[in-house]
Amino acid sequence: MCTKFEKITDVKKLKVMANMIRQDVVKMLTEAKSGHSAGSLGLADIFTALYFNVLNHDPKNPEWEERDRFLLSNGHVCPVLYAALAEAGYFQKEELMHLRKIGTRMQGHPHRGTLPGIENSSGPLGQGLSQAVGMAIVSKREKKDWRVYCVVSDGEHGEGQIWEAVMLANKYRLGNLTVIMDRNNIQIDGFTEEILPLEPLEEKYRAFGWNVIHADGHDIMKLINACEESKKSEKPTMIIAHTVPGKGIPFMELLVEWHGKSPSKEQAAEALGYLEKDRERIENEGK
Amino acid sequence: MRGNEVNDMTMHLIHDLFVPKASAPSRDGFGKAIVELGERDANVWVLTADVSESTRTHWFAEKYPDRFVQVGVAEQNLAGVAAGIAACGKTVFISAYGVFSPGRNWDQVRVSICYNDVPVILHGSHTGLTVGPDGASHQALEDIAIMRALPNMTVISPCDQEQVKKAFVAAAKMKKPAYIRTSREKSAVFTTEQTPFEIGKVNVYKDGKDVAIFACGFMVYESLKAAELLKKEGIDAAVVDCHTIKPMDRHAVIEWAKKTGLIVSVEEHQVHGGMGSAIAEVLAQENCPGRLRIHGVNDTFCESGNTADLLKKYKLDATGIAEVVKEAVKNKR
Repeated sequence: MCTKFEKITDVKKLKVMANMIRQDVVKMLTEAKSGHSAGSLGLADIFTALYFNVLNHDPKNPEWEERDRFLLSNGHVCPVLYAALAEAGYFQKEELMHLRKIGTRMQGHPHRGTLPGIENSSGPLGQGLSQAVGMAIVSKREKKDWRVYCVVSDGEHGEGQIWEAVMLANKYRLGNLTVIMDRNNIQIDGFTEEILPLEPLEEKYRAFGWNVIHADGHDIMKLINACEESKKSEKPTMIIAHTVPGKGIPFMELLVEWHGKSPSKEQAAEALGYLEKDRERIENEGK
Repeated sequence: MRGNEVNDMTMHLIHDLFVPKASAPSRDGFGKAIVELGERDANVWVLTADVSESTRTHWFAEKYPDRFVQVGVAEQNLAGVAAGIAACGKTVFISAYGVFSPGRNWDQVRVSICYNDVPVILHGSHTGLTVGPDGASHQALEDIAIMRALPNMTVISPCDQEQVKKAFVAAAKMKKPAYIRTSREKSAVFTTEQTPFEIGKVNVYKDGKDVAIFACGFMVYESLKAAELLKKEGIDAAVVDCHTIKPMDRHAVIEWAKKTGLIVSVEEHQVHGGMGSAIAEVLAQENCPGRLRIHGVNDTFCESGNTADLLKKYKLDATGIAEVVKEAVKNKR
């Protein structure tokens, strides 16, 4: 029997959680000496909203059949996923320090079957959304209550497979599918609008038959509300979450060079200093 | 006259081996298998990419529309959606022409299906040269090579409609990824319901002492006919149905190499990376107990033409196979 995960509704607690996840991410990446910093940090608020409020799940019973499914399509930001899973109680936090190390469960890109809570293996871009669509079709046809959530990146939209999945979700009117796009405007080689222009994204998704919601990707309550609103739609929903890559670490924010890089020990100390101050500020809010 | 002197009792081939009563496209075996499986198990799903009639998924779609998904001309999504459905505890069959699936969606098959290790069974139809008039772009001759390189994947090339059916039923039981290739062209249905089928275990249809022909798919029946031609030349050729390319029946390969000193592999596939290569991998690592001649399409794109003309040109009909085997036997001595 499922002991459903208790959702956090208090804003301050959610913000502290996002801060903890950011600290985990910095520590993991520093220890691993490689990995993707900017996207992982930019997604911390979104993952906090999902794993600590939006999703119906049970960290003590990851295979619970009625759980909402969460799929990460752009697997390279997995440090934030692993940190959220650990904070939620899927496994011990100490294990996070094994990231990218041989003989451990912390694979450099997520592997379904190795680590509890991972619904899909990912890495090569564009593949997660198709699997999310497949799951949403099953849930809808079998009249289940569970929903499907998927995080995709903006740069990933260069893959044709994304648009194949987008069209099929429209065909089957998958109102039980909520996708969150990490709209951080960067990819490895530079800015998305210079590499392969994606705009106008909202009009594109609307033309493809989707419900579109814009959200500040760092406002946890707005993200939660957007997910809540998406449940009312009969169409699949795309939440375009506007994020700042590297969010929370001033010397990383908005810089393309931090897409695929991890911090040095010195940089990590500085980053953790910023985050600690930020945590104190959050805890003193309203006092 | 019966062509299978030795193993006919255990192999249960049709009575008049060279006068088959029925001729059918092997893809029909797939259509029948999925309807049967769908009836037995409500967790069986079928997906297609705009080729439901030609790959015979429409039979399933009519009976079980709630477990059928038409994804359109989108093979990458086909593999991905299937992986998602399979991750919900379903056994999923995906069906398209071999050149498109797995030809076009290899990465999705690799990561979404094989790395996830979910039970998605790929049906690659219209494979090999026998797709004929459509020409080189549509002749899947590399599919075995790209599929057998993948971890968690089983690769099967059945010899006729009857065996195709058994192969899909057996693959469904494994709850693992599998790739099964079929042909568009009609071919003799020469095995029967009683003919054994076990994944990873060859069927020996004819004994022989001079050479063992290891064939798969459409080439098995052609090889049986070739063995008859060779008999007239004084060559005693065994015919082995090597339907499972991965995992290869290592024991059979070694046994026949030792027994005859020569294996000729025959497949409707490029000579690089296919069944012949899989046999070579076994022989080379077993101190080469016998010689091997790999026969197939020799590193070239083919062309349009009817099946008979194409098989003749590329020496993949009974006469051509007999010629190649005869030469190999000559060189062996």
